[in-house]
Amino acid sequence: MGKKRVAIVGTGQTYHKSHRPDVNGQELINEAVQRALTDAELTIGDIDAIVIGNMDHFEGINYVDCWSVDGSGGTMKPIIKLTTGGTTGSTLAIGGYHMVASGMFEKVLIIGWEKNSESDTTGAITTAFDPIWDRLVFAGAISGLAAEAQAYMAKYGATEIDGARVSVRDRKHACNNPHAQLRKEVTIEEVLESPMLADPIHLLDVCPRTDGACAVIMASEDVAETITGTPDWIWATANRHKYTYLGDVNWGELDSIAEASREIYAKVGIREPRKEIDVIELYQPYSFAGIIWIEDLGIVPRGKGAEYIHSGATDMGGELPVNPSGGVIACNPIGATGLIRCAEAALQVMGKAGDRQVPDVNLAISTGFGGCMWTDILLHGKEKPDF
Amino acid sequence: MDKAAIIGVGMTAVEANKATDTFADMAWEAVNKALEDAGMTLNDIDNIVTTSNDFWDGRTISCMAVSDASGARSKNVSCVEGDGAFGAFYGLTRVLSGSYGTTLVTAHSKGSESISSLITNAAFDPIYDRALGMDIITACALQANAYMSRTGTTAEQLARVSVKNHGNACQNPLAQLPMTLTVNDVLDSEMIADPLHKLDCSPVSDACCAVIIANEERAAGCREAPVWIKGAAFCSDAFFLGDRDLSRAPALTQAAKKAFDMAGIERPADDIDVVELYDAFTYQELMWLEAMGFCEDAQAGKKLENGEFDRNGTLPVNPSGGLLSGHPVIAAGLIRMAEIVKQLRGDAGACQIAGARRGVAHGANGLCGQSHCVWVLEK
Repeated sequence: MGKKRVAIVGTGQTYHKSHRPDVNGQELINEAVQRALTDAELTIGDIDAIVIGNMDHFEGINYVDCWSVDGSGGTMKPIIKLTTGGTTGSTLAIGGYHMVASGMFEKVLIIGWEKNSESDTTGAITTAFDPIWDRLVFAGAISGLAAEAQAYMAKYGATEIDGARVSVRDRKHACNNPHAQLRKEVTIEEVLESPMLADPIHLLDVCPRTDGACAVIMASEDVAETITGTPDWIWATANRHKYTYLGDVNWGELDSIAEASREIYAKVGIREPRKEIDVIELYQPYSFAGIIWIEDLGIVPRGKGAEYIHSGATDMGGELPVNPSGGVIACNPIGATGLIRCAEAALQVMGKAGDRQVPDVNLAISTGFGGCMWTDILLHGKEKPDF
Repeated sequence: MDKAAIIGVGMTAVEANKATDTFADMAWEAVNKALEDAGMTLNDIDNIVTTSNDFWDGRTISCMAVSDASGARSKNVSCVEGDGAFGAFYGLTRVLSGSYGTTLVTAHSKGSESISSLITNAAFDPIYDRALGMDIITACALQANAYMSRTGTTAEQLARVSVKNHGNACQNPLAQLPMTLTVNDVLDSEMIADPLHKLDCSPVSDACCAVIIANEERAAGCREAPVWIKGAAFCSDAFFLGDRDLSRAPALTQAAKKAFDMAGIERPADDIDVVELYDAFTYQELMWLEAMGFCEDAQAGKKLENGEFDRNGTLPVNPSGGLLSGHPVIAAGLIRMAEIVKQLRGDAGACQIAGARRGVAHGANGLCGQSHCVWVLEK
């Protein structure tokens, strides 16, 4: 055994909808697992270990790794649960990477899932924050995002129209993705006229709640190319979960994505990400992040995000398409959301993205966002890395 | 498996109620003890894995409460939800993947802030099981009955586990319940869920444990002699209690076999010098020993009565006092690992098993030991 290179060899997503009363959690998980196994032309008997995650308080089920085995196929297999909030899905992908790269498992099944229809999402998220210092002030998901957007707008003069343009892009892209929950084009005017949820975030600026699951199969270099002719190689992973208290956050810039992306660029020698990266699946839960975080990623200089978005460079057919899948604004089963970004980046690299395919993808980035302004990143490549 | 070692361990005392410590306070104490033990600072830690559970902590994203205290601020970090032995396993893979030279693993629990019966009831299926009102104690009582019925293990033998482990705890300054007991004390204690008396059950506890795992290169520079990881494996059984033969633990058998195969161990009873296992209830010690192959099926009770699992026996089991003497749920498996590390270094003080060179640590997840993680550690 010993260190192995790792590739994604199969992916599967469920039918995503705001409410899936036709399935329980185990059945929802199984829908994604069966599709990933079919995609990789493997059976559950081929799987050596399983990594699973969600956010416990959304479904109210404790020890989900143990409870889910009838859906995941984990009976008499190693199964482990990773959970880091909104970043859970990307954390799972990074976990699967290390499990395979360690040489201890050849083929690992990674599952992220959520039945948000069974949850009080804001109620559950609020309990993530310190009960004394943060919880009573502005805990919850949307309030922190609104604070970020306000800080950025104050600093760089961005407007609500800039945010809306990002939403227009993602919702248009989603129309090409059969797995997206919300497939309906909107105009900038419609975004601005939609109800204000937390200034400056309108309803159409922000992600929905979704029932859904995603499964990804990773395999070691010993077998990846025998499973698929087009493996998606994981070139690097990095993350930063740097804040615990909301008051410590550097509002208006996302330090975690800046630091994690620089670690990845340094690892693989990327100097001009805008030119070297072909597509980004950004865990972008609301529109303004589509402007701010491409600056933190080093795609464009500070304060230039909105201009770049309006130029169409991140649209399909543009210089650097972002969220060909429609992203989180179109579909958000939270524990699966980060893993869907990873799966969608894999589909782009493998050339299996159908109507949402970006031509000639050699390098792709997928990200996860959550916690207290935290970030996970994976770098995907068509070529097997030579390091 | 490439070589990897445990090079530092740190534990808080296990107590009934650390009223003045937050989760972060406990983690900070354990992390600093582990760093001091390894002769390191946080700058020497390449990445971090915390282990926690949102239900036990009453917090969504429970890892958030301890990440600063675990030194995660500008580092790669992740969180396993479940027993600390599983957290350590993920930490090990992050070293073996070649990504990091060292992983700091923490696991914490504050049972004092939790309601065990509600939290463990939430581990049952919400549609089919939960309304029955089962919790971990009633479920394990079912398992204890199934095991006793099949193997002929007696209530006196179960009580003898409690006598041994609480007695062992008298030598462990970190243990919550050091007690000198008789078999009758256990049998006379309150019946909680037949056949489990109060003294057959582990207590509610608060504690945190931290362990530092390193690759061969980084292990070379540490303060204490490295304790090498020779085998590690985990496995889950079926979920629904009705789908399992509760009197057996095939997932533990499989995990142990894999870990022993990795370590080249053919006769665990002869080749292992000391065991720290997940004795949340007395019967579990006997059942897990049989499932791991430390003795023949249905023979653990008799061997226990012969004193074979005592501190001076042929195979000392839970010389620290085990979970019966303190059960911080999520930290429990990681504490078993830390105790074995201390034994193999000769640092276990009055709990020391003379000449211990190779030990086994065990952690468990879920109801009635659904999922198990087994570690083989060597001097």
